[in-house]
Amino acid sequence: MNNFVILPILIPLVTGIVLIFFKNNIPLQKWISVIASVATIVVSAILVQSVFTGGIQTLQIGNWNPPYGIVLVADMLAALLVLTASIVSLATLLFAFRTIGEPRERFYFYPVVQFLMVGVFGAFMTGDLFNLFVFFEVMLMSSYVLIVLGGTKVQLRESIKYILVNIISSALFVAAVALLYGVAGTLNMADLSQKISESGQTGLLTVIAVMFLIVFGLKGAIFPLFFWLPGSYQAPPTAITALFGALLTKVGVYSITRVFTLIFHHDTAFTHTIISVLAALTIVVGVIGAVAYWDVKKIIIYNIMTAVGVILIGVATMSTTSLAGSIFYVVHDMIVKGALFFLVGAMAILSGTFDLKKMGGLIKNHPVLGWLFFIAVVTIAGIPPLSGFVGKLLIVQGSLENGDYILAGVVLLSSLLVLYSVMKIFMNGFWGETKLSIQEEKGTTKGLILPTALLLSLSIALGLGAEWFLPYFNEAAETLMNPSIYIDAVLKE
Amino acid sequence: MEILMSFVIGILFTAATYLILSKSLLRIIIGTGLLSHGAHLLLLTMGGLKRGAAPLLGEEAPTYSDPLPQALILTAIVISFGVTSFFLVLAYRSYKELGTDNMDNLRGNDRHE
Repeated sequence: MNNFVILPILIPLVTGIVLIFFKNNIPLQKWISVIASVATIVVSAILVQSVFTGGIQTLQIGNWNPPYGIVLVADMLAALLVLTASIVSLATLLFAFRTIGEPRERFYFYPVVQFLMVGVFGAFMTGDLFNLFVFFEVMLMSSYVLIVLGGTKVQLRESIKYILVNIISSALFVAAVALLYGVAGTLNMADLSQKISESGQTGLLTVIAVMFLIVFGLKGAIFPLFFWLPGSYQAPPTAITALFGALLTKVGVYSITRVFTLIFHHDTAFTHTIISVLAALTIVVGVIGAVAYWDVKKIIIYNIMTAVGVILIGVATMSTTSLAGSIFYVVHDMIVKGALFFLVGAMAILSGTFDLKKMGGLIKNHPVLGWLFFIAVVTIAGIPPLSGFVGKLLIVQGSLENGDYILAGVVLLSSLLVLYSVMKIFMNGFWGETKLSIQEEKGTTKGLILPTALLLSLSIALGLGAEWFLPYFNEAAETLMNPSIYIDAVLKE
Repeated sequence: MEILMSFVIGILFTAATYLILSKSLLRIIIGTGLLSHGAHLLLLTMGGLKRGAAPLLGEEAPTYSDPLPQALILTAIVISFGVTSFFLVLAYRSYKELGTDNMDNLRGNDRHE
């Protein structure tokens, strides 16, 4: 029992409620949101450290013993993801201050961002499947508002599709929860895991497992279920896309990881083979999209899919090495995707278009922006001293140890094409003839460098200090590999 | 009883799928309504339809029906209420702004804004 566990959920919730009352006082809204975000970062950093020294932290809400009450569980994976998500949200807020514009700020932009964070943090830390559904809905409803806020034609058109897809996947989630409750009679994840390992994973449970894969795959945009992603993420302003790209799909990936390492891990020959095949196909589609487009935002959006595939390959391989790699890669990818969206957003602000063919020579007037973009490029491709390398190395190592040479090959080849797709932005957007002189530019990058540099320096630190950070990731992977640690922490207190 | 309910839920899911695949936005929203009805009934059915008193301790009955699925459904109902009302307002707004409710005309390419 540790009341500290609920603070990452409570702080944004209270902040969001308070912010509603200051609709027209935008400077105050900004101050409160930044203070709350910093507080969340501090709290979640302390949480990571206390999980590292004291094992899994749990909180039984209302003192009801699990499985009867709802329990919040902060194991290493959840704590790390909460910490990363809070850092990304702070950077996004700083980016949004400069770019989001007053009309949106007046219509509850900052409170809704806080509610989105409530949903994300809650989904990471809950120990109950139905509670996970509720936190998903908190997150999704905030994302509906954010995607349509501003009400341009493109946003209206794309948010119809986004909402429809998510309503369907939520209904499927309820149906899957219903079937699982009918079979197992409980919804607490630790209790479910225990009951299923006692009864054995029958065919019915495997069907339910695949249903969960479909539900979370729709949220996380894996291969046949990714169709909504490119259009929907294209529509809103860049700050919001950055928040979505860094956090929302990762929540789906996290749920797949949690459900298939904790609950449905007894029939890996079937379920995990499906996951690895779908992950490989996700990577293929992602790189094809990233290479095909000349729209800077689209390129990064398709790179989200590639990253989701790489992470899931590590999850499907199910060894301590590959899981540690996956967790490292999730953390790295949340940070770098945020930074990349900021960078292409800044490019679009300067040149007034997302079309790469209409940009050029930006580095002449904006050297800092250019070299930051270059760092992001080498990071996302996985060049050794930087953070993308360690995760991919461990994932490839894990799948080679397992004998999955094709999966390892796909991951390695995808790095090449990802490098090509982002390098294409760098070479065409920053090098070459300068198309706009400094007077002709459509906006400034004032204040946009800071959040980008914040995220990229973090990513560099993560890469250079990998030796120092790896014990955390290894502990997270260790807990995932041995569900009994989780079950003991939750049920036997 | 559970078998009968399963058929009803199956029919609801079928109708929902058919409506969601149609072209008019309003039919799609009706489809999502039916889909959530189906999911909620499924939750109730899978919790078991054995006979028992309503879950009120004042009844002092020997057995009660399972209260947990009822609480879950109540939660799911208000959530889908919220989402459906948002969706309806969104449909209204986009009908006014875009001037159509035909999904074919909402295809659009990305360059246009």
